[in-house]
Amino acid sequence: MMEPIIEALHLRKAFGNLVAVDDVSFEVFPGECFGILGPNGAGKTSTIRMLYGFSPITDGSLKIFGLHISQNMRTSKARIGVCQQDNSLDPDLTVLQNLEIFGSYFNIPRKAGHERALSLLRFMALDHRKDTKAIELSGGMMRRLVLARALINHPDLLILDEPTTGLDPQSRHQVWEKLEELRAEGLTILLTTHYMEEASRLCDRLLIMDQGRILVQGKPPDLIRQYIGRGIIEVRAPVPALRMYLKSQDLHYEDVGHRLIIYLNDDDNLYHEISNKYCKEGCVMRMATLEDVFLKLTGRELRE
Amino acid sequence: MITGSNASKTPGSDYISRRFMRVWQRNLIVYGQNWKIGFLTPMLEPVFYLLAFGVGLTVMVGNISYRGIEISYPYFLAPALIAINIMNNAFFENTYSSFVRMYYQKTFDAMMATPLTLEEIITGEIIWGATKSVIATAIMLVVISLFGLIHYPHGLLILPLAFVGGIAFGSIGMFFTGIVPRIDQFNLPIFLFITPMFLFSGTFFPMQNLPLWAQHLAVFLPLSHLVKLTRDLSLGLLNMEMLWGLGYFVIFCLIFFPLAINKMRRRLIK
Repeated sequence: MMEPIIEALHLRKAFGNLVAVDDVSFEVFPGECFGILGPNGAGKTSTIRMLYGFSPITDGSLKIFGLHISQNMRTSKARIGVCQQDNSLDPDLTVLQNLEIFGSYFNIPRKAGHERALSLLRFMALDHRKDTKAIELSGGMMRRLVLARALINHPDLLILDEPTTGLDPQSRHQVWEKLEELRAEGLTILLTTHYMEEASRLCDRLLIMDQGRILVQGKPPDLIRQYIGRGIIEVRAPVPALRMYLKSQDLHYEDVGHRLIIYLNDDDNLYHEISNKYCKEGCVMRMATLEDVFLKLTGRELRE
Repeated sequence: MITGSNASKTPGSDYISRRFMRVWQRNLIVYGQNWKIGFLTPMLEPVFYLLAFGVGLTVMVGNISYRGIEISYPYFLAPALIAINIMNNAFFENTYSSFVRMYYQKTFDAMMATPLTLEEIITGEIIWGATKSVIATAIMLVVISLFGLIHYPHGLLILPLAFVGGIAFGSIGMFFTGIVPRIDQFNLPIFLFITPMFLFSGTFFPMQNLPLWAQHLAVFLPLSHLVKLTRDLSLGLLNMEMLWGLGYFVIFCLIFFPLAINKMRRRLIK
């Protein structure tokens, strides 16, 4: 059995009376991409802030690279790359300077830091902008620069807090491609996100948390199979007779008012039955996704 | 099992290595981006003051008696301008500028994800504030020397003095940065602390002109000691009393430097 890169046991974080993270346990193994999913305020950021030593743990135990976090913070941090949610680039400095100065915090010698910075800029397709001030970059470029900066120390663990929030689809896909390349190289990645597409695409395993607690943990396809099943039929503007039918057949479904979400069972004829008898239009059968799992478990109410 | 956040252990320990110089270097590089503007203030300010007060007031004021010798008003005023600049450079760097880095640019957040500790970040910031005081002092010394108002070589000792004073004023500035909720609330320490010192620390007129109670009060103000030390050095009047002034700053730093780190730790590590 490989030793885990991260080993969190009954992790807990309280701010006064507010418990942000409650009894969270998980392990991340070398070469794995692990996701922490949850709605806003679920405790995702609080959890990972403890991982990179930003925030002391209230209770529980946390080991990174096999070492207890509270005693070996500096050595651990030297091996971690962090991409925080807020953009923390130095606006007055150029793209290249941002990387070089960040490298100096890790005591990387000047020349090695310069070369590492240039190769990362090539990797992130930013080398043509190396002399641009960071503040003049587009949102997608800034995020790629933050990502490049998190890699300056050749980390053994990359921690990403919502790496694509606020990006346009093109930029988002570009970030995903880069993260996939890093994963293929064997880098261990921990990311938080509330984009299910991102999690399904990147994560080998993930956990979904809400209100500080873990709801489920597992591989995305397993979770989908376990919590949703094979697929979903969505019906727009359902007729009352359909509701009656669903009840009589004892089928699992969710009623969102103007829309019904019916979870497919083993009966292959269910879709034909429903679409022929109850809705000629506005009736779709589709694959179940992680988003269905997420909404089923965390509910559909707004989090504000 | 309820544990308050204050009871939990600080990761990273409160350990300061030489790595704090990386923070200092970062600030130096950013300063280097627009050093021309940075140089302008300490170059022009003494000229303006010496023209306005020196030329304008000297006729009315005449000579001033200082430590038993008669000096003309510009000799009295010029060292105070340097002392005020030492105070302002470090204090404003470690209040407004540090606050911008901490709160708006999230520079400290990014640094804390690296092997740097919070203690090193704050130390680097305060040493940088003191460095800005030294840079400004060097420029002012050149300008004021052109008026022939500095006695050399004693005047050169003002440079290390600027560093010590800078650490003191930077520490107390950083202390305020650790406690003010919003950036505009720096107005309060400036109005209640910096401005009265600027006016009443023997800067523009001898402290002996103040009522006795105010003179006693001024003994607690760091600027009054800094003005005295700067003035003695620029007039070439070395004396034993200067040790008291230096001792004052050592104690001041020993109090406010750890206090600043403590407040920043409370503010940033949650």
